[in-house]
Amino acid sequence: MKRTVPLIITFLTGFFLVVSFFVPHEPFGALEQRLLVWFAIVSGFTMLLGVDSLIRSHVRKVAGRRPGWWHSVALLIGLAVTVVTGAIGFSRFGSPFHMQSPFMFLYTHSIIPLQGTMFALLAFFIASASYRAFRARNTIATLLLVSAVIVMLGRIPIGAAISHFFPAAQEWIMDVPQLAAKRGIQIGAALGAVSMSLRIMLGIERSYLS
Amino acid sequence: MPEIVRKSFWERLNDIDRRIIFLILLVTVTLPLLLDLGGEIPPTSPVIRAHAAVEGLRPGDHLMVSIDFDATSAPELMPMLRAVLRQAFAKDVKVIMLGHLAIGLPLGHMALEQIAAEYDVEYGVDYVDLGYRPGFQAVMIAMGRSIEDVFATDYQGTPVSELPIMQNVRSYDDVELLFGFEHGAVIDYWVRYTQARFGQKMAFGTTAVMAPDAYPYLQADQIEGLVGGLKGAAEYETLIGRPGLGTRGMPAQEWAHLLVIGFIVVGNIGHYFTRKKREGGR
Amino acid sequence: MGSLGTIIGTWLAGFLTLAILSFLYKDNPFYKLAEHIYVGVSAGYWLIYIAFFDVKPMLWDTFVSETGVEKWIILIPGALGVIMLSRWFPRTAWLSRWPIAFTVGVGAGLGVTANVQGYVVPQIRATMLPITGLNLVSLNNIVLVVGVVTTILYFYFSKPHKGILGGAAKVGIVFIMISFGASFGYTLMARISLLIGRLYFLLSDLLHVID
Repeated sequence: MKRTVPLIITFLTGFFLVVSFFVPHEPFGALEQRLLVWFAIVSGFTMLLGVDSLIRSHVRKVAGRRPGWWHSVALLIGLAVTVVTGAIGFSRFGSPFHMQSPFMFLYTHSIIPLQGTMFALLAFFIASASYRAFRARNTIATLLLVSAVIVMLGRIPIGAAISHFFPAAQEWIMDVPQLAAKRGIQIGAALGAVSMSLRIMLGIERSYLS
Repeated sequence: MPEIVRKSFWERLNDIDRRIIFLILLVTVTLPLLLDLGGEIPPTSPVIRAHAAVEGLRPGDHLMVSIDFDATSAPELMPMLRAVLRQAFAKDVKVIMLGHLAIGLPLGHMALEQIAAEYDVEYGVDYVDLGYRPGFQAVMIAMGRSIEDVFATDYQGTPVSELPIMQNVRSYDDVELLFGFEHGAVIDYWVRYTQARFGQKMAFGTTAVMAPDAYPYLQADQIEGLVGGLKGAAEYETLIGRPGLGTRGMPAQEWAHLLVIGFIVVGNIGHYFTRKKREGGR
Repeated sequence: MGSLGTIIGTWLAGFLTLAILSFLYKDNPFYKLAEHIYVGVSAGYWLIYIAFFDVKPMLWDTFVSETGVEKWIILIPGALGVIMLSRWFPRTAWLSRWPIAFTVGVGAGLGVTANVQGYVVPQIRATMLPITGLNLVSLNNIVLVVGVVTTILYFYFSKPHKGILGGAAKVGIVFIMISFGASFGYTLMARISLLIGRLYFLLSDLLHVID
């Protein structure tokens, strides 16, 4: 019962959507539309699960005074301040996303720099990895390296200034061999996705129920 | 007495503290920004195609702009977003913005308001921001039947039925072009769930990471054009004749590329001599 | 928020940017503080987004404005969403399988057709390229077709890579390595762009040394 009903739900919803793809007329079309809107509503709630487990683990850390607990205090304060500013924005401006609201102030001056800088660190690590790890150990690795260098030179103006070979070669690499390999990989991935979708619908794949 | 093994020049160079590498990169990227060396970047075919897709719109046509990125990709995608919006508003094209990545949507809204202020356009009449709805592919497919079923209100909660711009826009049939700004897999959703199913014309601006993956779509004519990374943004700015942050950042990009190529060359030379010494020592 | 707010905000953004960048020297309390603030603020944003872009417009507003059957039918996805939260309580956690099954079923049903119609068929069609004579276009077409086929064969592991299959797989790996090299070049470009963005903020908005 606890696993059978979900399996039936999965099969019926999946099967119905496949049928409505081929039969878009009423009542399938309208029912499909309804299911899609419901999916949008329900999938939003999955975010709450993640936030909840985050809050619980950090509250436990603070309560137990575990090492680094004051970082968890900063996290919880950040979360609370954001929710409060969102509520203030909604009550004062009718929307937290009004450009004058404190919620948007927090977004502009904390989320943007934090997100942006966190990923900007990757530039340093990729440069370091290029120096320390990018080695032409064999023919295949050399091929990768040469392709990377041609693309890097072809994408900058000085590459064209050195020789027209670089931008031309870069375009050829992107339009032919790179495209071919990506297409081959993604065809395989797409067929795999279809296979997995069918396995899920037919109840062969049940890992999502754990 | 134990023998003191002296490291060779190449071995010391191989073992260099990575913080020195970081510092060299930091200086290399900072200097061109300080010196403002930007110049026009000759456009390439994928960007020319994307620009032509927007240029082919007529006054009164509807351009749907999808904000599917966040601050982690803003330096690449914001310049091309601004360029596309400028091109659209200059042609009196109506802009309908929405997004599938909630945390990035305010960035799109900021760009929309910033660029709209440069033109004689009015919110709700010439442009609108519908906001975000969770559900990715479900939202995309549902919009094919009725946009109002998923976006009954705009990002501020105003019913779309009260907005003049949305009066004649029911579904993709009323959207002449969709331009998505992508930093992840949402581009695949757009193409597989919307372009294939509804025949919606679409072009994309992507991060440089995603651009290679989008080339198969371009070659198969599933998408009209592709603007990839900061260079793509600089090319688009050249096409519209308004250099911006894309063009400004290219010299720094150039120097950084040369530096990394230098790192690769020096690293491999060092590895070669170090290996040779080890093999000679056996 | 006036110019004082802008100044405070810029300095806050500058502090957070430098705190994250300080990790490059070594891990330190400022970096950890900024990292935890990032996680907390992001989680708070998600709560506000879900409340304002999901619950309010799609559930609450619909329930308030609709009449008749439509008014009550919208409670079904609302109930499914709330049932999802039963995962918090071990005794009722099994109920959360129902909304999860619904979302997984919808995703699977949509994916079956979309991946075939949206990728496999058009991409295979686009690989059927003509040979029009002894010219560069025909040569490129041949290379492309060979590349697609050999890449797919490389990932076929149901038979050992020997003989013709082995030879084709070896050709496939050449294409794959060229593609990975190109991807590395583009990835490097992307990461450098992110650094350019942050440095531009520091030099322009914070320090005012450039426009």
